[in-house]
Amino acid sequence: MKYIIAIIQPDRLDQVMERLTEKEIHLVTVSQVLGRGRQKGIAEIYRSHKEAGSLLKKIKLEIAVNDVFVQAAIDAIMQGAQTGRIGDGKIFVFDLDHVQRIRTGEQGNDAIG
Amino acid sequence: MLHSGLRGKGRWFAFLGVLACSAGAAQGAELVAASAPVSALDSGDIAWMLLASALVMFMTPGLAFFYCGLVRKKNVLSIVMQCFMILCMVSIQWVFCGYSLAFGPDKCGVIGNLDWMGFATVGSAPGAYAPHIPHRLFAIYQMMFAVITPALICGAFAERMRFSAFCIFSLLWSTLVYAPVAHWLWGAGGFLGTSTGCLGAVDFAGGIVVHINAGMAALAAVLVMGKRRGFPHQISPPHNLPVAVLGAAMLWFGWYGFNAGSALGANALAVNAFLATHVAGAVAGFVWCVLDWVKFGKPTTLGMITGSVAGLAAVTPASGFVEIPGAVWIGVGAGVVCWLSVTAMKAKLNYDDSLDAFGVHGVGGIWGSIAVGLWATQTANPAAGVNGLFYGHAAQFLIQLKASAVVAVFSFVASWLLFKLVDHIVGLRVTPDEENLGLDLSQHRESGYTVID
Repeated sequence: MKYIIAIIQPDRLDQVMERLTEKEIHLVTVSQVLGRGRQKGIAEIYRSHKEAGSLLKKIKLEIAVNDVFVQAAIDAIMQGAQTGRIGDGKIFVFDLDHVQRIRTGEQGNDAIG
Repeated sequence: MLHSGLRGKGRWFAFLGVLACSAGAAQGAELVAASAPVSALDSGDIAWMLLASALVMFMTPGLAFFYCGLVRKKNVLSIVMQCFMILCMVSIQWVFCGYSLAFGPDKCGVIGNLDWMGFATVGSAPGAYAPHIPHRLFAIYQMMFAVITPALICGAFAERMRFSAFCIFSLLWSTLVYAPVAHWLWGAGGFLGTSTGCLGAVDFAGGIVVHINAGMAALAAVLVMGKRRGFPHQISPPHNLPVAVLGAAMLWFGWYGFNAGSALGANALAVNAFLATHVAGAVAGFVWCVLDWVKFGKPTTLGMITGSVAGLAAVTPASGFVEIPGAVWIGVGAGVVCWLSVTAMKAKLNYDDSLDAFGVHGVGGIWGSIAVGLWATQTANPAAGVNGLFYGHAAQFLIQLKASAVVAVFSFVASWLLFKLVDHIVGLRVTPDEENLGLDLSQHRESGYTVID
């Protein structure tokens, strides 16, 4: 089992969700986050006072998948989120030790999806 | 009409229970009624002044929105609370003694006496200040000015003042600073005003009494209280600019009552003041926007509304004395001077005037009050107007300069002493932990926004 965290541009969320659905990956958690990468932030100005490099708005996706779905999930995010411009984001993949569905108590591979 | 007014007064005194007997009050009212017959009342003037009073009242919640949009999320309620507390507290103070101290019978040109305490003899008949409306209506209208002036100071000490200290300070300031300064300029016999034998400074709607006065108190607040924790680099930007824009719009709307209402009647002077007010606010907002655009590459929303408020503040003392050219130049000057004070001076001197109460109201008020001495013309106000430097009367410029300086120095020193006194009694600042937590939670046990539904 793997746990995938992807940071993407907010306007790519719909495309990524569509690609994930096509590959039958339905379990996903989405949050609005602030962050910055190599492109840094955009300086904001308030009453002539420049706030250097404010953080940029991004979307964070969290997806738990069984091993056979890992490549499919990565492909879906790449297809949906890649524009080739700076700021497209990143995908992080972690090993996942344990999953348990609260409603039924199911564990491991059965609990995902 | 007069009869019911007297009965109302009787009730008021019975309720108050501490002042002179109602028979004395009734006798006083009859004297006023005898000298100014009820037939002098003008229903058009009364209608306009009732509306104008309500418009000026609306500026204090407007200011609350303007300010609360500019602070951090954790302090949004504290600003609103301060403005509403002043609305309630100063209104009571005004009826009790504030109006009498500011506008009551003169004592040595410095302050009014206590004859009109509890609005005693302030009845339905016209008083000396406004011949066509009930004296009581003039007192109501002035009440709204007394309310918004200390509220302006809140912008300077935002996000760090203990609420109890704020209440004590505001009450003392309204009584010991606002009331005398209002008397100096507007009270019959006030030594800076236009009464016979006095200096002759003019202040149509409160450039000196309201804006310089509050602006210098704001500067004193900043110097006594010090900076917010983390200023300037770790302070988050304004948490809700659309709310600040709403507040600025409410202020602009209310300002018609503030300035055009200061004509004290529904007449051509009120129209002139309305026009001058609107023109100066528009010009200053535009100028600030252009300056931002040229200097920083982008026109900013906050810059635009700040410029408008600066222009409205600057034209306040002038609106009933200048024609359109004067209003335009006062607007241009307000945009440039206040922009410089907020951009360059504040950064250079590194003080934390959190919401620029001094930078906008103090500096704008000083500019406007002096500019009256330049662009005032009797064609704008044939009955009570003056001519300024550009209209052949250079002395008026010096008079305006002198009056502005006297009030600026008095307000700064008196406010500084009051802040020190209150600091000694209860402590001005919240603790560092309370400041980090935010004033909404630490002072009021409330939050402006929930994170989870």
